[in-house]
Amino acid sequence: MDDTNSTISLIHAARPPQPSALSNALVFGWRAVLKFKHIPEQLFDLVMTPIMFTLLFTFVFGGALSGSTGAYLQYFLPGILVQTVVFNSMYSGMGLSTDLGKGLFDRFRSLPIWSLSPFAGLMVGDILRHLIASLLILIIGIILGYRPEAGLIGILEALLLLIVIGFGFGWIFLVLGLVMSTPSTVMTMAFTGIMPLVFASNIMVDPATMPSLLRAFVEVNPVSLMTTAMRGVMAGNITAVQLGAALIAPILLTLILAPLTLWLYRRRK
Amino acid sequence: MPDTAVPPAGASILAIEARGLAKHFGDVRAVDGIDLDVPRGMIFGILGPNGAGKTTLLRMLATLLPPDAGSAKVLGFDLKESPHEVRGSIAMTGQFASLDEDLTGRENLILLARLWGFRGQNAKKRADDLLTAFDLADAASKQVKDYSGGMRRRLDIAASLVVTPGVLFLDEPTTGLDPMARKSVWRMIRSLSEAGVTILLTTQYLEEADQLAARIAVIDHGRKIAEGTSRELKAATGSGFLHLTLVDAARVEDAELMLEEITGNKPQRSSEGAALSLMVDTPQNANRALAALIAANIELADFSMGAPSLDEVFFALTGQITEPKNAEGDV
Repeated sequence: MDDTNSTISLIHAARPPQPSALSNALVFGWRAVLKFKHIPEQLFDLVMTPIMFTLLFTFVFGGALSGSTGAYLQYFLPGILVQTVVFNSMYSGMGLSTDLGKGLFDRFRSLPIWSLSPFAGLMVGDILRHLIASLLILIIGIILGYRPEAGLIGILEALLLLIVIGFGFGWIFLVLGLVMSTPSTVMTMAFTGIMPLVFASNIMVDPATMPSLLRAFVEVNPVSLMTTAMRGVMAGNITAVQLGAALIAPILLTLILAPLTLWLYRRRK
Repeated sequence: MPDTAVPPAGASILAIEARGLAKHFGDVRAVDGIDLDVPRGMIFGILGPNGAGKTTLLRMLATLLPPDAGSAKVLGFDLKESPHEVRGSIAMTGQFASLDEDLTGRENLILLARLWGFRGQNAKKRADDLLTAFDLADAASKQVKDYSGGMRRRLDIAASLVVTPGVLFLDEPTTGLDPMARKSVWRMIRSLSEAGVTILLTTQYLEEADQLAARIAVIDHGRKIAEGTSRELKAATGSGFLHLTLVDAARVEDAELMLEEITGNKPQRSSEGAALSLMVDTPQNANRALAALIAANIELADFSMGAPSLDEVFFALTGQITEPKNAEGDV
Protein backbone atom coordinates (compact mmCIF):
# COMPACT_ATOMS: atom_id res chain seq x y z
CA MET A 1 0.00 0.00 0.00
CA ASP A 2 2.52 2.59 -1.09
CA ASP A 3 -0.06 4.67 -2.86
CA THR A 4 -1.85 6.90 -0.39
CA ASN A 5 -4.53 7.79 -2.94
CA SER A 6 -5.64 4.20 -3.27
CA THR A 7 -5.77 3.98 0.53
CA ILE A 8 -7.92 7.09 0.69
CA SER A 9 -10.38 5.73 -1.87
CA LEU A 10 -10.58 2.46 0.06
CA ILE A 11 -11.10 4.27 3.34
CA HIS A 12 -13.88 6.45 2.01
CA ALA A 13 -15.89 3.63 0.46
CA ALA A 14 -19.50 3.45 1.64
CA ARG A 15 -20.57 1.09 4.43
CA PRO A 16 -23.18 -1.52 3.51
CA PRO A 17 -26.32 -1.83 5.65
CA GLN A 18 -26.09 -4.29 8.52
CA PRO A 19 -26.96 -7.86 7.51
CA SER A 20 -29.47 -10.07 9.31
CA ALA A 21 -28.56 -12.79 11.80
CA LEU A 22 -29.62 -15.42 9.26
CA SER A 23 -27.33 -13.93 6.63
CA ASN A 24 -24.42 -14.02 9.14
CA ALA A 25 -25.14 -17.67 9.89
CA LEU A 26 -25.22 -18.55 6.18
CA VAL A 27 -21.82 -16.91 5.67
CA PHE A 28 -20.39 -19.19 8.34
CA GLY A 29 -22.07 -22.11 6.63
CA TRP A 30 -20.28 -21.09 3.43
CA ARG A 31 -17.01 -21.13 5.37
CA ALA A 32 -17.72 -24.72 6.42
CA VAL A 33 -18.21 -25.70 2.78
CA LEU A 34 -14.95 -23.99 1.79
CA LYS A 35 -13.19 -26.11 4.41
CA PHE A 36 -14.24 -29.27 2.58
CA LYS A 37 -12.73 -27.85 -0.59
CA HIS A 38 -9.43 -26.91 1.05
CA ILE A 39 -8.96 -29.84 3.43
CA PRO A 40 -9.96 -32.88 1.39
CA GLU A 41 -7.77 -35.00 3.71
CA GLN A 42 -10.28 -34.46 6.49
CA LEU A 43 -13.08 -35.70 4.26
CA PHE A 44 -10.93 -38.71 3.42
CA ASP A 45 -10.44 -39.56 7.13
CA LEU A 46 -14.11 -39.01 7.62
CA VAL A 47 -15.18 -41.70 5.16
CA MET A 48 -12.24 -44.11 5.15
CA THR A 49 -12.60 -45.24 8.77
CA PRO A 50 -16.27 -46.25 8.47
CA ILE A 51 -15.70 -47.89 5.08
CA MET A 52 -12.83 -49.87 6.56
CA PHE A 53 -14.94 -50.86 9.56
CA THR A 54 -17.84 -51.91 7.35
CA LEU A 55 -15.69 -54.09 5.12
CA LEU A 56 -13.59 -55.50 7.93
CA PHE A 57 -16.45 -56.48 10.21
CA THR A 58 -18.64 -57.78 7.42
CA PHE A 59 -16.05 -60.03 5.82
CA VAL A 60 -13.75 -60.92 8.75
CA PHE A 61 -16.25 -61.39 11.58
CA GLY A 62 -19.56 -61.51 9.76
CA GLY A 63 -19.57 -65.22 8.99
CA ALA A 64 -18.53 -66.19 12.51
CA LEU A 65 -20.93 -63.81 14.23
CA SER A 66 -24.08 -64.27 12.18
CA GLY A 67 -23.53 -67.34 10.05
CA SER A 68 -23.12 -65.36 6.82
CA THR A 69 -21.67 -62.02 5.77
CA GLY A 70 -25.02 -60.99 4.28
CA ALA A 71 -26.93 -61.62 7.51
CA TYR A 72 -24.31 -59.77 9.53
CA LEU A 73 -24.34 -56.73 7.22
CA GLN A 74 -28.10 -56.49 7.67
CA TYR A 75 -27.53 -56.35 11.46
CA PHE A 76 -24.37 -54.23 11.48
CA LEU A 77 -24.99 -51.46 8.93
CA PRO A 78 -27.48 -49.33 10.91
CA GLY A 79 -25.06 -49.48 13.85
CA ILE A 80 -21.99 -48.41 11.89
CA LEU A 81 -23.98 -45.35 10.77
CA VAL A 82 -24.53 -44.39 14.43
CA GLN A 83 -20.90 -45.07 15.28
CA THR A 84 -19.68 -42.93 12.38
CA VAL A 85 -21.88 -39.99 13.27
CA VAL A 86 -20.90 -40.14 16.95
CA PHE A 87 -17.19 -40.18 16.03
CA ASN A 88 -17.52 -37.48 13.39
CA SER A 89 -19.36 -35.15 15.74
CA MET A 90 -15.99 -34.30 17.26
CA TYR A 91 -14.79 -32.45 14.15
CA SER A 92 -16.56 -29.20 14.90
CA GLY A 93 -15.15 -29.19 18.43
CA MET A 94 -11.68 -29.70 16.99
CA GLY A 95 -12.31 -26.96 14.45
CA LEU A 96 -13.48 -24.63 17.20
CA SER A 97 -10.39 -25.34 19.27
CA THR A 98 -8.16 -24.65 16.23
CA ASP A 99 -9.92 -21.35 15.50
CA LEU A 100 -9.73 -20.22 19.11
CA GLY A 101 -6.01 -21.00 19.24
CA LYS A 102 -5.36 -18.85 16.18
CA GLY A 103 -7.18 -15.77 17.39
CA LEU A 104 -9.65 -16.04 14.52
CA PHE A 105 -12.60 -15.98 16.89
CA ASP A 106 -11.30 -12.72 18.37
CA ARG A 107 -11.95 -11.14 15.03
CA PHE A 108 -15.41 -12.67 14.79
CA ARG A 109 -16.21 -11.55 18.33
CA SER A 110 -15.11 -7.99 17.61
CA LEU A 111 -17.53 -7.78 14.66
CA PRO A 112 -21.05 -6.39 15.06
CA ILE A 113 -22.67 -9.73 14.14
CA TRP A 114 -25.09 -12.13 15.82
CA SER A 115 -22.76 -13.60 18.41
CA LEU A 116 -23.88 -17.20 17.84
CA SER A 117 -23.54 -17.22 14.07
CA PRO A 118 -20.07 -18.86 14.13
CA PHE A 119 -21.70 -21.84 15.88
CA ALA A 120 -24.40 -22.01 13.26
CA GLY A 121 -21.59 -22.36 10.72
CA LEU A 122 -20.03 -25.21 12.67
CA MET A 123 -23.42 -26.92 12.72
CA VAL A 124 -23.78 -26.59 8.96
CA GLY A 125 -20.36 -28.20 8.55
CA ASP A 126 -21.40 -31.00 10.89
CA ILE A 127 -24.62 -31.73 9.06
CA LEU A 128 -22.80 -31.87 5.73
CA ARG A 129 -20.16 -34.20 7.17
CA HIS A 130 -22.80 -36.52 8.61
CA LEU A 131 -24.72 -36.61 5.33
CA ILE A 132 -21.64 -37.29 3.22
CA ALA A 133 -20.29 -40.06 5.46
CA SER A 134 -23.72 -41.69 5.98
CA LEU A 135 -24.61 -41.70 2.29
CA LEU A 136 -21.26 -43.23 1.41
CA ILE A 137 -21.68 -46.03 3.92
CA LEU A 138 -25.22 -46.65 2.73
CA ILE A 139 -24.13 -46.86 -0.89
CA ILE A 140 -21.35 -49.31 -0.06
CA GLY A 141 -23.73 -51.31 2.12
CA ILE A 142 -26.30 -51.54 -0.65
CA ILE A 143 -23.63 -52.61 -3.14
CA LEU A 144 -22.56 -55.36 -0.70
CA GLY A 145 -26.15 -56.54 -0.36
CA TYR A 146 -27.68 -54.55 2.48
CA ARG A 147 -31.42 -53.96 1.96
CA PRO A 148 -33.39 -51.48 4.09
CA GLU A 149 -36.87 -53.02 4.45
CA ALA A 150 -38.48 -49.57 4.79
CA GLY A 151 -36.95 -48.47 1.48
CA LEU A 152 -36.27 -44.86 0.59
CA ILE A 153 -38.52 -43.51 3.35
CA GLY A 154 -36.53 -45.56 5.85
CA ILE A 155 -33.27 -44.14 4.53
CA LEU A 156 -34.53 -40.55 4.70
CA GLU A 157 -35.80 -41.06 8.26
CA ALA A 158 -32.48 -42.66 9.17
CA LEU A 159 -30.54 -39.68 7.82
CA LEU A 160 -32.75 -37.32 9.82
CA LEU A 161 -32.22 -39.34 12.99
CA LEU A 162 -28.45 -39.38 12.35
CA ILE A 163 -28.38 -35.58 12.05
CA VAL A 164 -30.25 -35.26 15.34
CA ILE A 165 -27.79 -37.65 17.01
CA GLY A 166 -24.79 -35.80 15.56
CA PHE A 167 -26.25 -32.46 16.64
CA GLY A 168 -26.68 -33.68 20.22
CA PHE A 169 -23.23 -35.26 20.51
CA GLY A 170 -21.62 -32.26 18.80
CA TRP A 171 -22.20 -30.15 21.93
CA ILE A 172 -19.88 -32.39 23.96
CA PHE A 173 -17.02 -31.56 21.66
CA LEU A 174 -17.89 -27.87 21.35
CA VAL A 175 -17.63 -27.68 25.15
CA LEU A 176 -14.32 -29.59 25.05
CA GLY A 177 -13.14 -27.32 22.22
CA LEU A 178 -13.83 -24.28 24.40
CA VAL A 179 -12.17 -25.76 27.48
CA MET A 180 -9.19 -27.66 26.04
CA SER A 181 -6.16 -25.78 24.82
CA THR A 182 -5.36 -27.80 21.70
CA PRO A 183 -7.37 -29.68 19.06
CA SER A 184 -5.39 -32.86 19.70
CA THR A 185 -6.45 -32.85 23.38
CA VAL A 186 -10.04 -32.63 22.18
CA MET A 187 -9.44 -35.63 19.94
CA THR A 188 -7.79 -37.69 22.67
CA MET A 189 -10.59 -36.92 25.12
CA ALA A 190 -13.11 -37.74 22.43
CA PHE A 191 -11.62 -41.15 21.70
CA THR A 192 -11.28 -42.00 25.37
CA GLY A 193 -14.92 -41.20 25.97
CA ILE A 194 -16.42 -42.61 22.79
CA MET A 195 -14.53 -45.90 22.50
CA PRO A 196 -16.24 -47.65 25.44
CA LEU A 197 -19.64 -46.26 24.44
CA VAL A 198 -19.27 -47.57 20.91
CA PHE A 199 -17.75 -50.97 21.67
CA ALA A 200 -19.81 -51.78 24.75
CA SER A 201 -22.96 -51.45 22.70
CA ASN A 202 -25.15 -53.52 20.42
CA ILE A 203 -23.56 -52.05 17.25
CA MET A 204 -21.34 -55.04 16.44
CA VAL A 205 -22.76 -57.97 18.36
CA ASP A 206 -26.00 -59.04 19.99
CA PRO A 207 -25.55 -58.38 23.73
CA ALA A 208 -27.35 -61.68 24.57
CA THR A 209 -23.99 -63.47 24.93
CA MET A 210 -22.38 -60.81 27.17
CA PRO A 211 -21.88 -61.24 30.94
CA SER A 212 -24.88 -59.87 32.83
CA LEU A 213 -23.10 -56.86 34.37
CA LEU A 214 -21.85 -55.70 30.98
CA ARG A 215 -25.20 -56.45 29.41
CA ALA A 216 -26.89 -54.19 31.96
CA PHE A 217 -24.65 -51.35 30.81
CA VAL A 218 -25.04 -52.12 27.12
CA GLU A 219 -28.81 -52.06 27.39
CA VAL A 220 -28.90 -48.50 28.79
CA ASN A 221 -25.96 -47.24 26.76
CA PRO A 222 -27.35 -44.35 24.66
CA VAL A 223 -25.40 -45.66 21.67
CA SER A 224 -27.30 -48.97 21.93
CA LEU A 225 -30.62 -47.16 22.23
CA MET A 226 -29.82 -45.09 19.16
CA THR A 227 -28.68 -48.16 17.24
CA THR A 228 -31.88 -50.04 18.07
CA ALA A 229 -33.92 -47.08 16.84
CA MET A 230 -31.81 -46.88 13.68
CA ARG A 231 -32.47 -50.57 12.96
CA GLY A 232 -36.16 -50.00 13.56
CA VAL A 233 -36.29 -46.99 11.25
CA MET A 234 -34.54 -48.80 8.42
CA ALA A 235 -36.64 -51.93 8.91
CA GLY A 236 -39.87 -49.93 9.17
CA ASN A 237 -40.88 -51.45 12.52
CA ILE A 238 -39.73 -48.80 15.03
CA THR A 239 -41.90 -48.29 18.11
CA ALA A 240 -42.56 -44.93 19.76
CA VAL A 241 -40.75 -46.15 22.89
CA GLN A 242 -37.64 -47.07 20.90
CA LEU A 243 -37.63 -43.68 19.17
CA GLY A 244 -38.16 -41.86 22.45
CA ALA A 245 -35.33 -43.80 24.13
CA ALA A 246 -32.97 -42.97 21.26
CA LEU A 247 -33.77 -39.27 21.49
CA ILE A 248 -33.15 -38.99 25.26
CA ALA A 249 -29.37 -38.53 24.94
CA PRO A 250 -29.36 -36.00 22.08
CA ILE A 251 -32.12 -33.94 23.71
CA LEU A 252 -30.51 -33.97 27.15
CA LEU A 253 -27.10 -33.13 25.71
CA THR A 254 -28.54 -30.18 23.80
CA LEU A 255 -30.55 -28.87 26.77
CA ILE A 256 -27.59 -29.03 29.15
CA LEU A 257 -24.59 -28.33 26.93
CA ALA A 258 -25.92 -25.71 24.51
CA PRO A 259 -26.36 -23.09 27.28
CA LEU A 260 -23.02 -24.17 28.77
CA THR A 261 -21.32 -23.73 25.38
CA LEU A 262 -22.70 -20.23 25.01
CA TRP A 263 -21.77 -19.32 28.55
CA LEU A 264 -18.20 -20.60 28.08
CA TYR A 265 -17.93 -18.78 24.75
CA ARG A 266 -19.11 -15.46 26.14
CA ARG A 267 -16.84 -15.49 29.19
CA ARG A 268 -13.71 -16.55 27.33
CA LYS A 269 -10.67 -14.40 27.96
CA MET B 1 -30.13 -0.43 13.07
CA PRO B 2 -28.36 2.95 12.79
CA ASP B 3 -25.12 3.31 10.90
CA THR B 4 -22.80 2.53 13.76
CA ALA B 5 -19.83 4.37 12.24
CA VAL B 6 -21.54 7.64 13.14
CA PRO B 7 -20.98 8.47 16.80
CA PRO B 8 -23.84 9.78 18.91
CA ALA B 9 -24.59 13.50 18.76
CA GLY B 10 -22.51 15.57 21.14
CA ALA B 11 -19.72 13.01 21.21
CA SER B 12 -16.43 14.53 22.22
CA ILE B 13 -13.44 14.94 19.97
CA LEU B 14 -11.84 12.01 21.74
CA ALA B 15 -11.84 8.70 19.92
CA ILE B 16 -11.08 6.79 23.12
CA GLU B 17 -11.77 7.95 26.64
CA ALA B 18 -10.88 5.45 29.36
CA ARG B 19 -11.09 5.98 33.11
CA GLY B 20 -9.58 3.64 35.66
CA LEU B 21 -9.76 0.54 33.44
CA ALA B 22 -8.71 -2.54 35.36
CA LYS B 23 -8.57 -6.27 34.78
CA HIS B 24 -7.34 -8.91 37.18
CA PHE B 25 -6.56 -12.53 36.37
CA GLY B 26 -6.57 -14.23 39.74
CA ASP B 27 -3.96 -12.36 41.75
CA VAL B 28 -2.33 -10.79 38.74
CA ARG B 29 -3.34 -7.22 38.11
CA ALA B 30 -2.90 -7.31 34.35
CA VAL B 31 -4.31 -3.80 33.97
CA ASP B 32 -4.40 -1.82 37.17
CA GLY B 33 -6.35 1.39 36.64
CA ILE B 34 -5.45 3.06 33.36
CA ASP B 35 -6.76 6.41 32.08
CA LEU B 36 -6.42 7.09 28.39
CA ASP B 37 -7.48 10.00 26.18
CA VAL B 38 -6.89 9.40 22.50
CA PRO B 39 -7.86 12.28 20.18
CA ARG B 40 -9.52 11.47 16.86
CA GLY B 41 -7.26 10.87 13.90
CA MET B 42 -4.13 10.33 15.98
CA ILE B 43 -1.72 7.41 16.01
CA PHE B 44 -1.41 6.68 19.70
CA GLY B 45 1.24 4.28 20.91
CA ILE B 46 1.18 2.07 23.96
CA LEU B 47 4.70 1.12 24.83
CA GLY B 48 5.69 -1.50 27.33
CA PRO B 49 7.60 -4.72 27.84
CA ASN B 50 6.07 -8.19 27.50
CA GLY B 51 3.43 -8.78 30.14
CA ALA B 52 2.93 -5.08 30.87
CA GLY B 53 -0.80 -5.36 30.18
CA LYS B 54 -0.87 -3.86 26.66
CA THR B 55 -2.85 -6.67 25.05
CA THR B 56 -5.32 -6.89 27.94
CA LEU B 57 -5.95 -3.14 27.69
CA LEU B 58 -6.58 -3.41 23.95
CA ARG B 59 -8.86 -6.43 24.32
CA MET B 60 -10.98 -4.57 26.85
CA LEU B 61 -11.30 -1.59 24.51
CA ALA B 62 -12.27 -3.94 21.66
CA THR B 63 -15.08 -5.50 23.80
CA LEU B 64 -13.33 -8.88 23.86
CA LEU B 65 -12.80 -8.76 27.61
CA PRO B 66 -15.09 -7.16 30.19
CA PRO B 67 -13.23 -4.77 32.54
CA ASP B 68 -13.33 -5.54 36.27
CA ALA B 69 -13.37 -1.84 37.07
CA GLY B 70 -13.42 1.50 35.31
CA SER B 71 -15.17 2.55 32.15
CA ALA B 72 -14.36 3.58 28.63
CA LYS B 73 -16.00 5.15 25.61
CA VAL B 74 -14.96 4.42 22.07
CA LEU B 75 -16.16 7.10 19.64
CA GLY B 76 -18.70 8.10 22.27
CA PHE B 77 -20.12 4.58 22.77
CA ASP B 78 -19.80 3.11 26.23
CA LEU B 79 -18.09 -0.30 26.34
CA LYS B 80 -20.59 -1.80 28.76
CA GLU B 81 -23.79 -0.14 27.58
CA SER B 82 -23.33 -0.30 23.82
CA PRO B 83 -20.85 -3.06 22.98
CA HIS B 84 -22.57 -3.77 19.66
CA GLU B 85 -22.14 -0.13 18.57
CA VAL B 86 -18.51 -0.18 19.72
CA ARG B 87 -17.93 -3.27 17.56
CA GLY B 88 -19.52 -1.45 14.65
CA SER B 89 -16.98 1.37 15.00
CA ILE B 90 -13.74 -0.51 15.49
CA ALA B 91 -11.52 -3.13 13.98
CA MET B 92 -8.87 -5.13 15.76
CA THR B 93 -5.78 -6.80 14.40
CA GLY B 94 -4.56 -9.10 17.12
CA GLN B 95 -1.05 -10.17 17.91
CA PHE B 96 -1.66 -13.55 16.29
CA ALA B 97 -3.04 -13.39 12.80
CA SER B 98 -6.81 -13.57 13.07
CA LEU B 99 -7.24 -15.28 9.73
CA ASP B 100 -8.50 -18.63 8.53
CA GLU B 101 -5.33 -20.44 7.49
CA ASP B 102 -7.14 -23.01 5.37
CA LEU B 103 -8.91 -20.43 3.23
CA THR B 104 -7.28 -18.32 0.54
CA GLY B 105 -6.53 -14.65 1.16
CA ARG B 106 -9.40 -13.69 -1.11
CA GLU B 107 -11.86 -16.05 0.61
CA ASN B 108 -10.89 -14.62 4.01
CA LEU B 109 -11.71 -11.10 2.84
CA ILE B 110 -14.94 -12.17 1.09
CA LEU B 111 -16.02 -13.94 4.29
CA LEU B 112 -15.53 -10.76 6.32
CA ALA B 113 -17.06 -8.54 3.64
CA ARG B 114 -20.20 -10.71 3.69
CA LEU B 115 -20.32 -10.61 7.48
CA TRP B 116 -20.23 -6.82 7.26
CA GLY B 117 -23.15 -6.85 4.83
CA PHE B 118 -21.57 -6.67 1.36
CA ARG B 119 -23.53 -8.92 -0.97
CA GLY B 120 -22.55 -11.07 -3.92
CA GLN B 121 -20.36 -9.24 -6.40
CA ASN B 122 -19.89 -6.28 -4.03
CA ALA B 123 -18.22 -8.55 -1.48
CA LYS B 124 -15.89 -9.93 -4.16
CA LYS B 125 -15.08 -6.45 -5.42
CA ARG B 126 -14.31 -5.18 -1.93
CA ALA B 127 -12.01 -8.16 -1.36
CA ASP B 128 -10.21 -7.58 -4.66
CA ASP B 129 -9.81 -3.84 -4.00
CA LEU B 130 -8.26 -4.60 -0.63
CA LEU B 131 -5.96 -7.27 -2.07
CA THR B 132 -4.74 -4.82 -4.72
CA ALA B 133 -4.23 -2.01 -2.23
CA PHE B 134 -2.21 -4.26 0.06
CA ASP B 135 -0.13 -5.68 -2.77
CA LEU B 136 -1.54 -9.17 -2.34
CA ALA B 137 -3.35 -9.59 -5.65
CA ASP B 138 -0.80 -12.18 -6.83
CA ALA B 139 -1.34 -14.30 -3.72
CA ALA B 140 -5.13 -13.91 -3.69
CA SER B 141 -5.88 -17.57 -4.42
CA LYS B 142 -3.16 -19.03 -2.23
CA GLN B 143 -4.15 -20.51 1.12
CA VAL B 144 -3.11 -18.26 4.00
CA LYS B 145 -1.00 -21.04 5.54
CA ASP B 146 1.38 -20.60 2.58
CA TYR B 147 1.77 -16.84 3.20
CA SER B 148 4.97 -15.33 4.60
CA GLY B 149 4.84 -13.48 7.92
CA GLY B 150 4.76 -10.10 6.19
CA MET B 151 1.98 -11.11 3.77
CA ARG B 152 -0.06 -12.52 6.63
CA ARG B 153 0.25 -9.30 8.57
CA ARG B 154 -0.75 -7.24 5.52
CA LEU B 155 -3.80 -9.45 4.96
CA ASP B 156 -4.66 -9.19 8.64
CA ILE B 157 -4.61 -5.40 8.47
CA ALA B 158 -6.59 -5.49 5.20
CA ALA B 159 -9.14 -7.66 7.01
CA SER B 160 -9.55 -4.85 9.53
CA LEU B 161 -10.42 -2.41 6.74
CA VAL B 162 -13.26 -4.32 5.08
CA VAL B 163 -15.36 -1.45 6.33
CA THR B 164 -13.44 1.60 7.46
CA PRO B 165 -13.22 1.53 11.24
CA GLY B 166 -13.44 4.70 13.30
CA VAL B 167 -10.69 3.29 15.49
CA LEU B 168 -8.20 0.64 14.45
CA PHE B 169 -6.52 -1.39 17.20
CA LEU B 170 -3.19 -2.92 16.24
CA ASP B 171 -1.62 -5.25 18.77
CA GLU B 172 2.13 -5.41 18.15
CA PRO B 173 1.70 -5.00 14.40
CA THR B 174 5.31 -5.78 13.50
CA THR B 175 6.33 -8.39 16.06
CA GLY B 176 8.19 -11.18 14.30
CA LEU B 177 8.59 -9.36 10.99
CA ASP B 178 11.88 -8.81 9.19
CA PRO B 179 13.04 -5.19 8.79
CA MET B 180 11.71 -4.87 5.22
CA ALA B 181 8.26 -6.15 6.13
CA ARG B 182 8.27 -3.94 9.20
CA LYS B 183 8.95 -0.83 7.12
CA SER B 184 6.13 -1.75 4.77
CA VAL B 185 3.68 -2.16 7.66
CA TRP B 186 4.82 1.22 9.00
CA ARG B 187 4.11 2.86 5.64
CA MET B 188 0.69 1.24 5.65
CA ILE B 189 -0.11 2.51 9.14
CA ARG B 190 0.98 6.03 8.23
CA SER B 191 -1.15 6.14 5.12
CA LEU B 192 -4.19 4.91 7.06
CA SER B 193 -3.64 7.66 9.55
CA GLU B 194 -3.29 10.22 6.76
CA ALA B 195 -6.64 8.98 5.47
CA GLY B 196 -8.20 9.83 8.84
CA VAL B 197 -8.32 6.56 10.79
CA THR B 198 -7.59 6.80 14.52
CA ILE B 199 -5.03 4.14 15.40
CA LEU B 200 -4.17 2.73 18.80
CA LEU B 201 -1.15 0.48 18.56
CA THR B 202 0.84 -1.43 21.12
CA THR B 203 4.49 -2.14 20.72
CA GLN B 204 7.51 -3.25 22.65
CA TYR B 205 9.77 -1.61 20.10
CA LEU B 206 10.79 1.85 21.21
CA GLU B 207 11.79 2.75 17.70
CA GLU B 208 8.33 1.85 16.42
CA ALA B 209 6.56 4.11 18.92
CA ASP B 210 9.06 6.87 18.17
CA GLN B 211 8.56 6.51 14.39
CA LEU B 212 4.78 6.25 14.28
CA ALA B 213 3.02 7.57 17.32
CA ALA B 214 2.13 11.22 17.91
CA ARG B 215 1.60 10.42 21.57
CA ILE B 216 2.94 7.55 23.63
CA ALA B 217 1.74 6.04 26.89
CA VAL B 218 4.38 3.97 28.65
CA ILE B 219 2.89 1.16 30.69
CA ASP B 220 4.48 -1.33 33.02
CA HIS B 221 2.90 -3.82 35.45
CA GLY B 222 -0.56 -2.73 34.36
CA ARG B 223 -0.01 0.94 35.16
CA LYS B 224 0.66 3.98 33.06
CA ILE B 225 3.98 5.33 34.20
CA ALA B 226 4.32 8.14 31.68
CA GLU B 227 2.56 9.76 28.77
CA GLY B 228 3.48 12.39 26.26
CA THR B 229 4.95 12.99 22.85
CA SER B 230 8.18 11.24 22.10
CA ARG B 231 9.95 14.59 22.55
CA GLU B 232 8.31 15.23 25.92
CA LEU B 233 9.23 11.80 27.19
CA LYS B 234 12.81 12.31 26.16
CA ALA B 235 12.93 15.77 27.70
CA ALA B 236 11.60 14.41 30.98
CA THR B 237 14.62 12.16 31.27
CA GLY B 238 17.14 14.96 30.91
CA SER B 239 18.39 17.22 28.16
CA GLY B 240 20.87 14.84 26.70
CA PHE B 241 23.00 11.79 26.99
CA LEU B 242 26.73 11.46 26.65
CA HIS B 243 27.75 8.11 25.20
CA LEU B 244 31.33 6.99 25.80
CA THR B 245 33.36 3.98 24.78
CA LEU B 246 36.61 3.39 26.64
CA VAL B 247 39.71 1.93 25.06
CA ASP B 248 40.54 0.03 28.23
CA ALA B 249 37.56 -1.80 29.72
CA ALA B 250 39.47 -2.29 32.98
CA ARG B 251 39.15 1.41 33.76
CA VAL B 252 35.39 1.53 33.45
CA GLU B 253 34.88 1.69 37.22
CA ASP B 254 37.30 4.60 37.64
CA ALA B 255 35.45 6.41 34.88
CA GLU B 256 32.08 5.70 36.47
CA LEU B 257 33.12 7.15 39.82
CA MET B 258 34.64 10.22 38.21
CA LEU B 259 31.60 10.91 36.05
CA GLU B 260 29.19 10.56 38.94
CA GLU B 261 31.28 12.95 40.99
CA ILE B 262 31.31 15.59 38.28
CA THR B 263 27.69 15.47 37.10
CA GLY B 264 25.89 14.02 40.09
CA ASN B 265 24.24 11.40 37.86
CA LYS B 266 25.02 7.71 37.86
CA PRO B 267 26.14 6.45 34.44
CA GLN B 268 24.53 3.37 32.87
CA ARG B 269 27.02 0.70 31.89
CA SER B 270 26.41 -1.28 28.72
CA SER B 271 26.31 -5.05 28.89
CA GLU B 272 29.63 -5.27 27.00
CA GLY B 273 31.27 -3.33 29.80
CA ALA B 274 33.39 -0.72 28.02
CA ALA B 275 30.59 1.66 27.05
CA LEU B 276 28.89 4.13 29.36
CA SER B 277 26.02 6.49 28.86
CA LEU B 278 25.51 9.42 31.16
CA MET B 279 22.66 11.85 31.56
CA VAL B 280 24.01 15.39 31.37
CA ASP B 281 22.02 18.52 32.07
CA THR B 282 24.07 20.92 29.95
CA PRO B 283 26.74 20.69 27.23
CA GLN B 284 29.11 22.38 29.68
CA ASN B 285 28.75 19.43 32.01
CA ALA B 286 29.55 17.10 29.13
CA ASN B 287 32.69 19.10 28.36
CA ARG B 288 33.78 18.98 31.97
CA ALA B 289 33.22 15.25 32.12
CA LEU B 290 35.30 14.62 28.99
CA ALA B 291 38.08 16.90 30.15
CA ALA B 292 38.27 15.12 33.49
CA LEU B 293 38.55 11.70 31.85
CA ILE B 294 41.33 12.88 29.54
CA ALA B 295 43.15 14.48 32.48
CA ALA B 296 42.97 11.16 34.33
CA ASN B 297 44.45 9.37 31.30
CA ILE B 298 41.32 7.34 30.58
CA GLU B 299 41.43 7.00 26.82
CA LEU B 300 38.23 7.15 24.79
CA ALA B 301 37.68 5.04 21.68
CA ASP B 302 34.51 6.90 20.83
CA PHE B 303 32.14 9.46 22.24
CA SER B 304 28.94 11.14 21.14
CA MET B 305 26.33 13.46 22.54
CA GLY B 306 22.65 12.87 21.80
CA ALA B 307 19.07 13.21 22.95
CA PRO B 308 18.11 10.16 25.01
CA SER B 309 16.68 7.27 23.06
CA LEU B 310 13.28 5.97 24.06
CA ASP B 311 15.20 2.99 25.36
CA GLU B 312 16.95 5.18 27.89
CA VAL B 313 13.69 6.94 28.66
CA PHE B 314 12.01 3.63 29.26
CA PHE B 315 14.67 2.34 31.59
CA ALA B 316 14.79 5.63 33.41
CA LEU B 317 11.01 5.45 33.92
CA THR B 318 10.65 1.79 34.80
CA GLY B 319 13.70 2.01 37.03
CA GLN B 320 11.79 4.48 39.19
CA ILE B 321 8.64 2.46 39.44
CA THR B 322 9.35 1.29 42.97
CA GLU B 323 9.09 4.89 44.19
CA PRO B 324 5.38 5.57 44.67
CA LYS B 325 5.53 9.27 43.85
CA ASN B 326 6.79 8.57 40.36
CA ALA B 327 4.66 5.54 39.73
CA GLU B 328 1.42 7.44 39.28
CA GLY B 329 2.20 10.82 37.81
CA ASP B 330 2.10 11.68 34.15
CA VAL B 331 5.24 13.17 32.77
